[in-house]
Amino acid sequence: MTAENRTPLLLLAALVVVLVIAPVFPQWQFLATLALAKGMTVLGLLLLLRTGLVSFGQGLYYCLGAYAAGTVGLHWGVTDVFVLLLVAAAVSAVVAVLLGFLLAGYRGIFFAMLSLAFSMILYGLLVKVSALGSTDGFNVAPPTFFGREIAGKDSQYGMFALTCVIVFLTTLAMHRYFQTPLGRLSPAIRDNEIRVEYLGASVRGAVHVKYVIAGVLAGIGGVLTAMTVGHIDPEMAYWTTSGEFVFVAILSGTGNVAAPFVGAFIFELIRTYAYQYSPNTWQMALGAAMLLTILFLPAGLWSLYERLRKV
Amino acid sequence: MSYILETRGLTRTFGAVTAAADISVAVERDSVIGLIGTNGAGKTTFVNMVTGYLKPTAGTIWFKGQDITPLHPRQITRRGISRSFQIPQLYGSLTALENLVVAFGIVLRNAKASPFGRVPKLVPGHGMPLREAAEAMLDRFGLSEFRDKPASVLPGGVRKLLDIAMALTVKPEVLMLDEPTSGVSSEEKFAIMDRVMRAARAEGATVLFVEHDMEIVSRYAQRVLAFYDGRIIADGETASVLADEEVRRYVIGGGGRQVEQGVAHAQDR
Repeated sequence: MTAENRTPLLLLAALVVVLVIAPVFPQWQFLATLALAKGMTVLGLLLLLRTGLVSFGQGLYYCLGAYAAGTVGLHWGVTDVFVLLLVAAAVSAVVAVLLGFLLAGYRGIFFAMLSLAFSMILYGLLVKVSALGSTDGFNVAPPTFFGREIAGKDSQYGMFALTCVIVFLTTLAMHRYFQTPLGRLSPAIRDNEIRVEYLGASVRGAVHVKYVIAGVLAGIGGVLTAMTVGHIDPEMAYWTTSGEFVFVAILSGTGNVAAPFVGAFIFELIRTYAYQYSPNTWQMALGAAMLLTILFLPAGLWSLYERLRKV
Repeated sequence: MSYILETRGLTRTFGAVTAAADISVAVERDSVIGLIGTNGAGKTTFVNMVTGYLKPTAGTIWFKGQDITPLHPRQITRRGISRSFQIPQLYGSLTALENLVVAFGIVLRNAKASPFGRVPKLVPGHGMPLREAAEAMLDRFGLSEFRDKPASVLPGGVRKLLDIAMALTVKPEVLMLDEPTSGVSSEEKFAIMDRVMRAARAEGATVLFVEHDMEIVSRYAQRVLAFYDGRIIADGETASVLADEEVRRYVIGGGGRQVEQGVAHAQDR
């Protein structure tokens, strides 16, 4: 069985294992849920990176998804998790389709900076809107599933399990997508746009579609974060948040659709412990982690797994 | 008589420089045409204009009676004109097999969406899955032993063949080859051209190829267009064009023995 064919089985095994062992470690559930939610955004970034594009603005959709769902909850009292997920995905998709018309024509530093510019525009708008809490943001009501709260005050497990299932289904879908003709265009566009055009495909159209998918994934990541933390603020669109996603993407590598979630979890671990034991210099620990990754694992953490598998 | 490809008054300027001037050519279906000329004579500019890479400053291009002058390369490719490049355009990080899988994937998507109903036979759902189609194409070009090697590390001749194989995946009606044997050893060049011409004929493609090697031109071309200073100075049967005084003076230059052999070969044929 090839590595490609093994991935769905490994994902399913991972889902079962984490769902079974998570109740034993309740103190880890919040951190793990947050890591999975952010990993979802990084999964979109992985798609762009495989296409040869770096976005420094995924915070735009991460924030947009969270605010769209939060606003629906705030003004109309909607708390159903599936409705909120749909709202976040739809709003992210619409904005990504519109911005994609412009961004799909740019590459390299221009794509990166333009995407960053749009996320900073959203940040600038949100800090001025007092109806949405301005710089403080606002609280998000606990999500419900057919009228029942998913996560109680003492337990985060419901939210964790829900996030796991959503991540599993999305990752599986993305794995499948990379095997379709459109999915296979990602490395082709990265390597040689001229040949793609001379085989009859539209590079611009394909980049546009990939940008929208990445936006939707970031939007879902945002709403999952909002439901987990119970609070949203404009910082979600700030450039440091987008930079964090790029950081995790480099840390993870683009070798597998599961890599962003592993990378996001390790990132959260490093940050949590660094902050706990060295609250004034915790950023140094992250910097050192990035330095070591680039020096010794330039293809990311996932390449370590690939190396071990070959041995 | 209707031609598969026709250009009228095709001109391309870059500022004060005229790269192609008033090129009018009519191409008959199933013909094999050699494009010769010194560097900068306008051969590649002509190919680039026909395939949409460059927009002509003036003139029109007709393909099967339809004006394709304003179309993008991908639209021209979908209509049935495909090309290879002087520097092979491959996906360097992908293996030879993956390059063709991607190519057939695009063909599959286009076939499903094609308003022209051109469904290549090597397409999944029409007899062959992507991977098998790619393997069959590799086999056809004798490239099976390179299937799992990244395109970036393949030898020059193999890269040329893979580039042409990629162009053939779209099952073109007109195939334009830009110097298919440049950078290839003299031992390899005939083997490469034999494979290419066999594959192109099997697909029923009309072939136009840019070439500096007169042995190749004389062996494979039925007709030759000789370019000089952006213009076509001779157009006709291979032997007569290669023997033309003006062509020998301006185009072939001091080709000497190779030209003599080429003319003799074309006349024998």
